Amino acid sequence: MKIAVCVKQIPDPASPYQLDPATYNLVRPTEQVLDDTDRYGVEVGLQIAGETEGTVTLVSMGPSGNLNGIRQALAMGADGAILIDDEALKGSDSLTTAKILAAAMAPESFDIVIAGTESTDGYSGVVPQQIAELLGVPALTYAKKIDVEGSTVRINRQTATGYDTIEAPTPVLVSVTAGVVEPRYPTFKGIMDAKKKPVETKTAADLGITVTVNQRIALVVPAPSRSGGQVVIDDGTGHEKIIAMLEQAKVI
Amino acid sequence: MAWIFIEEVSGAPAVVGLEILSKTRTEGATTVLYFGKGSDAAFATLGEFGATDVFHLVPSDGSTGTAAAAAAISDLVAQHQPDAILFGQTYTDRDVAGRLSTRLDRTMISNGIDVSLDGSVGVTTEIFGGSQLVTTMFEGPGPHLVLIRPKSFPAESAGGGAPTVTTVPMPDAGHAGSARVTGSFVEKTEGPKLEEAAVIVAGGRGLGSVEGFELVERLAAPLKAATGATRAIVDAGWVPYSKQVGQTGKTVKPDVYIACGLSGAMQHLVGMKDSKMIIAINKDEEAPIFAVADLGIVGDVHQVLPKLIEALENR
Repeated sequence: MKIAVCVKQIPDPASPYQLDPATYNLVRPTEQVLDDTDRYGVEVGLQIAGETEGTVTLVSMGPSGNLNGIRQALAMGADGAILIDDEALKGSDSLTTAKILAAAMAPESFDIVIAGTESTDGYSGVVPQQIAELLGVPALTYAKKIDVEGSTVRINRQTATGYDTIEAPTPVLVSVTAGVVEPRYPTFKGIMDAKKKPVETKTAADLGITVTVNQRIALVVPAPSRSGGQVVIDDGTGHEKIIAMLEQAKVI
Repeated sequence: MAWIFIEEVSGAPAVVGLEILSKTRTEGATTVLYFGKGSDAAFATLGEFGATDVFHLVPSDGSTGTAAAAAAISDLVAQHQPDAILFGQTYTDRDVAGRLSTRLDRTMISNGIDVSLDGSVGVTTEIFGGSQLVTTMFEGPGPHLVLIRPKSFPAESAGGGAPTVTTVPMPDAGHAGSARVTGSFVEKTEGPKLEEAAVIVAGGRGLGSVEGFELVERLAAPLKAATGATRAIVDAGWVPYSKQVGQTGKTVKPDVYIACGLSGAMQHLVGMKDSKMIIAINKDEEAPIFAVADLGIVGDVHQVLPKLIEALENR
């Protein structure tokens, strides 16, 4: 099977995020990390490729920076990457992102396109479905478990109350939830090999996509903050203070 | 003119849809796109919450129906030209909205917590764990597509009568529409539901291990509380995803939220910071959870929780 995995480099979620005050775009430092959610998609791709003697190609849009995040995914075992890095794509909406990723993937005729259900930084949560529509393929979304049998892909789809079992024939898009598999850690050999793997860089114009902007950030204001609470060091009586609060809230 | 997309869940309109309808009906938006089998009872509920007109989209047997629904809605849009279509930020709504946005070639805004339909369409979203509010205006031609987070508005009955229901033909979506449902499973949950509980006890990595989560469950019992979790311990497999609170999990607004051994990452705060009262126990004095807590106890959950549980059990 020929597999594509959509991945994203994001600013480290452990450091505070900042907006560019002029454009309201998220500031993206040179050093970015692989979105943790994407490790699950990469692992699913590698497992299916392993069972079917297939290949895994990473597809990513965003500023390349030092490629740290992409190299992390290559070090896990992906075969190569297509990266769309274009100044004109800064602050793109979900549909533009989907158009770019779909245009990069369309000529390759992948059997399975894998994506996380949403990125950690932007989390619009609709890019996989937009890609599926652009590629004209079914979408098996929010997968908690995946099986491939011949050309049929079956998943357990997360629902509000449990899960549904759903299936579709390839070519197909699958969006995966975190926790679907246990992502492997890169080996030393994997890390060394990753440096030599092909990373193809393209622009929006290369893909024939014109960027249009149909939304405008009008205002960014601090949210009303909660009134300051009391923080105390536990001296062995912390539980009594909690009980007093619970009584005040009339829940006990 | 705006439309509200509402999915049928367990035979009834999704609560998030009724929340959105409760808000939009005050601005005259009372047309619903209802996706599901449908029934007189379901339509009566829509009417009760203010719907006057319902376009009914029925998935064909065995199909997920989401690709066909997007195709059917784009046909309706061509006929009626609504200014906006509002969805819930939920699984199926995202599946339909994403495809619709592509079909119509229209931008969309996700994670809305408020929307204005007066003249130009604007959406309020939260960023950075809810510490900043962003207002985004749509430009260009409609319909403008918006996804609204659950619990953004209260669902309130308007006492309305039965709506006019029109069944909409579902086009054949070809290969894109070939995903089929072969089974449906409900996970058993005990105690009150997270979205409805007055008290929630939630835990994070600070509990140390899956056994540590038992402290959360034991505290929840005397309080008749639901239990919640951070993404970190869901990903670690300690508890099922259905307990996850935050950006990629559930949004909750209980009377009391007791945060045990969780630091309060941005992605968690956005799901619970609107709780009426927040009580936090964490050994790290610098943990961001203390910035939103009404009472913060800097201490070890393994010391504080057993004493708290004992005191409550003895009451």
